[in-house]
Amino acid sequence: MSEQKFIEIEVLRYKPESDEAPHSEVYKVPFTDDMSVLQGAQYIKDNFDGSLTYRWSCRMAICGSCGMMINGVPKLSCETFIRDYYPNRITIEALAHFPIEKDLVVDLSGFIEKLESVQPYIIPAEKRSLDQGEYIQTPAQVQDYMQFTSCINCTLCYAACPQFGLNPDFIGPGAMALLHRYNMDSRDGGAEQRMELVASEEGVFNCSAVGYCSEVCPKHVDPANAVNINKTNAAKDYFLRFLSPKGGAK
Amino acid sequence: MKTRKRSNAPIFWGLFGAGGMLSALFGPALVFITGLAVPLGLLLPQGTMSYPKMLAFAQNFIGKGFIFAVIALFMWHAVHRIYHSLHEFGIHAGMGAKLLCYGSAFVGTVISAVVLLGVGF
Amino acid sequence: MSKRKPYVRSMDGWWKKNPFFVEYVIHESTALFVLAYAVTLLVGLIRLGQGEAAWNGWLAALQSPGALVFHLALLVAIAYHAYTWFKIMPITLPPIRVGGEKLSPCAIITGGLVAAAVASLGLIVLVWRIAA
Repeated sequence: MSEQKFIEIEVLRYKPESDEAPHSEVYKVPFTDDMSVLQGAQYIKDNFDGSLTYRWSCRMAICGSCGMMINGVPKLSCETFIRDYYPNRITIEALAHFPIEKDLVVDLSGFIEKLESVQPYIIPAEKRSLDQGEYIQTPAQVQDYMQFTSCINCTLCYAACPQFGLNPDFIGPGAMALLHRYNMDSRDGGAEQRMELVASEEGVFNCSAVGYCSEVCPKHVDPANAVNINKTNAAKDYFLRFLSPKGGAK
Repeated sequence: MKTRKRSNAPIFWGLFGAGGMLSALFGPALVFITGLAVPLGLLLPQGTMSYPKMLAFAQNFIGKGFIFAVIALFMWHAVHRIYHSLHEFGIHAGMGAKLLCYGSAFVGTVISAVVLLGVGF
Repeated sequence: MSKRKPYVRSMDGWWKKNPFFVEYVIHESTALFVLAYAVTLLVGLIRLGQGEAAWNGWLAALQSPGALVFHLALLVAIAYHAYTWFKIMPITLPPIRVGGEKLSPCAIITGGLVAAAVASLGLIVLVWRIAA
């Protein structure tokens, strides 16, 4: 059997009941080549400090719970492997730009409110009765929004977005991708209602096309594209509202 | 539901985008022509930017439009980015910074319009 | 009583923390060069409006070594601006479909760079033809 390898994991710790500010602690963790960074955190919790707090669930990049800054990059810790950093130290920190609740757990309440605010459900373009049958959608129409359905709400894109860090009221990449998913659905007629948010001061114009959100997205949703397409839509709405008296914000 | 204020950004964003595209398409070639080729006498014929030629260009309808679009839109493009960069570097100077940035582009636009109208048609 | 005390981290120096952000700040700062060039042209236009002697003075000023170095810097910065402008186009443009297939990011960037090359060459040829 080969010799046991160790890696140093530096964790940004924060205990709200006793700490004024976060501080770093370093742990020397034995690891095997199949171990993820999440498993490294679990090893620390089981063997060094049971109070270490982090979110996780599925361990297979589906639930979107285990996002953290790994060496400064927002990543899902379950699909990031310790072996790729060895022999260098790994630094883990709660997702950037969010308030830290405790250790690696961030306060997501602002994000949840944003998700609600985009009206993430189909607002039927035209009401159909049961005997009129189902809403028909062609494969090409499905392709218009398919990519934007893949979001798992992991919020890595928010941790990648400096504009969100600078202005926490910015609706942000993830919620905009979800909004766009419904706007692009041929069965939906809610784009006009959602425009009030898109075109508002909290809306898409906070984005300066950094593009890092799409770079870190583990599901290739391309939220930057959703945000930027809606800049064009909001600009059209801004100028064309003088021609048609309905829709948009006040 | 929360009432939201509509952003006026589309005006500035539109000018920013137009200037960005114009400068991406023609910027490098323009700098090469006016700043390097003509002063050094490279490539282009002698007197490419001589007074009679440039005056005729500025009096021509298309030439006038091109000069105006380049100067004004380059400015609107640049000040929009600079204004955002100030915010990004933590200088939230608010209305003052906004007025200084967009105001200078506005002044530049007005001056170029006045001169271009002044040189006649 | 709640023990909650969410800690908000500072954004100071955010752009130094990631190479992606460093590049972003560099390509955004090309705006300073675009502005400097626009001001240079504006001064030229004002001198043109003031008559032949003023215009020739501006032309002569462009021949000074300082002005040449300045324009060389402008050329590099504005060329980088152009390159990065097209590089972010795949995220700024709505999807373009050709025969039902979505155009790839690579095709969009290449298309933009080709358009810029054609525009630049076209401008130089046009100026050359008008002047000749």
